[in-house]
Amino acid sequence: MASRADRKAAAAARHRLLPGGRLAGPMPWIIAIMMFLTVLAAAAGLGLGAAVQSMSADLAGRASVQVVEADARVREQLAGRALQALRTAPGVRAADPVDPAILAEQLRPWLGEEAMSGDLPVPALIDVMLTPGDAAAKVENLRRLLAGLSSKLRIEPHAAFLMPLAGLLSALGWLAAGAVLLMTLATAAVVVLAARGAHDSHRGTIEVLHLMGSTDVQIARLFQRRIGLDVLLGGALGFAFAIFVILLIGVRLSATGSELLAAISLPWVDWLILAALPITGVLLATVTARWTVLRALGRSL
Amino acid sequence: MIDPATRAVERGGLYDGTLAVPWLRLRKSRERDGAAISPMSAIVQFENVGLRYGLDSETLSDVSFSLAGGGFYFLTGASGAGKTSLLKLLYLAQRPSRGVIRLFGEDVVTLPRKRLPGFRRRIGVVFQDFRLVPHLSAYDNIALPLRVAGMEEDEVDAPVAEMLNWVGLGDRGDARPATLSGGEQQRVAIARAVIGRPEILVADEPTGNVDIDMARRLMTLFEALNRLGTTIVVATHDLPLMAQVSGAQMMKLDKGRLADPTGALRYPPRPPEQS
Repeated sequence: MASRADRKAAAAARHRLLPGGRLAGPMPWIIAIMMFLTVLAAAAGLGLGAAVQSMSADLAGRASVQVVEADARVREQLAGRALQALRTAPGVRAADPVDPAILAEQLRPWLGEEAMSGDLPVPALIDVMLTPGDAAAKVENLRRLLAGLSSKLRIEPHAAFLMPLAGLLSALGWLAAGAVLLMTLATAAVVVLAARGAHDSHRGTIEVLHLMGSTDVQIARLFQRRIGLDVLLGGALGFAFAIFVILLIGVRLSATGSELLAAISLPWVDWLILAALPITGVLLATVTARWTVLRALGRSL
Repeated sequence: MIDPATRAVERGGLYDGTLAVPWLRLRKSRERDGAAISPMSAIVQFENVGLRYGLDSETLSDVSFSLAGGGFYFLTGASGAGKTSLLKLLYLAQRPSRGVIRLFGEDVVTLPRKRLPGFRRRIGVVFQDFRLVPHLSAYDNIALPLRVAGMEEDEVDAPVAEMLNWVGLGDRGDARPATLSGGEQQRVAIARAVIGRPEILVADEPTGNVDIDMARRLMTLFEALNRLGTTIVVATHDLPLMAQVSGAQMMKLDKGRLADPTGALRYPPRPPEQS
């Protein structure tokens, strides 16, 4: 049985059959750029997907009840009755009044300090969280319940006003997924071109190896290893830089303090998916190189 | 300093029948014991072989002959007669346009591609232009056939070192082909061709690029290999050289046809005339 040193020597001897060192050609650099863009696109897709998912959960299970009454005292009474009715209604997980101070604070940019004075008839709001499942039917039941209490009680499911934004985010997510797919195809095309180029430039060596009895698989292994290493190197470089940029963007998003932007996050599973991209790239490149070289060799005797 | 090969030739020793290469002798004795080589049975058979490149007229036409195992054959003819094309068919670099070629008893024309490597490993080739791999050292070039055959690295070193010494390049193992002289490159090419202990050795104009002295040494070397049982096929138009090998037979190609279409090899080289 061959010792480890012998196996290493044998491997080194096989690897010498094709000339050229790492970073010798443009291939690793092209792959680095492509991997950088692919990881960014994938991160955008995954982040937006998470945001859409979180938003959809909110949209599907939440509604606001407005108490549209000019008289502050009556408004308060109506809000109390509505809150009581909602808390005992089927399909409602929680119902909480929105603090008027928070409401006034949110209206301040438009209404100025008068929003805080209480002179303006700002509707009272109740935030309703529904139990999971068939939100539309539950909202409809609550609408009927509230209509029975007063005509000045209105219920608005959040989906009604946040759905277009969720649609936009979802479309952007799909766009990012499309970009990842296109980059993958482009990577495969680059590998095919590189493998063909390498095959052409080493034609003399290949012919000699063939005539000595090398099999196609033996020769293809040389190329797939060389291209696999180029892609590994370029992929690692592009991946590292992309992760740096993603972390930088994450810091910037957090700094905005926006609840909406904060929903764009990458859970650990998404990080694992991103980490799998360079590995997938190497596998894809290796398989593509092998297939390309075997096809080219198949055309010779 | 005179290299060992030259010194041995001057002594009349290295390339004689006692060939001081245990590695090569080992295979021969083994195969003879195992009856893998049956001397004088047909190892190569060509039947009405024709070769055409593209739409051109045939480069080889109706070539028929058979070569006996353990024989020494010269293939001669004017430039452009088709010698290299015929050798290409022999070492399986080309398929014929028509006809049948049998190597080691099997029809290689219809042989599936994936079975060709096994046949090629039984044939050693010395190319006219050597075809050494330029980025590999002399050592690695010579080791190629063994590595291609999947030999373990610890088994490669001894035969390669032996072959390097045999061709007088024991101290030039690390040299790249570009730094070797034409004669040295040729010796590396020959060592590479024979290290796999082929049953047939094919050499295309092996003396075309070397001086008379080296040519004579090469022929002595081929004879020694032949004595060990290897079938030798040498393409050349160097008649004095052919005359040096007694017992060798000659095939003459003329415009793509064997001058003797019966393949009876009726052109034995004459012994050199005494002056």
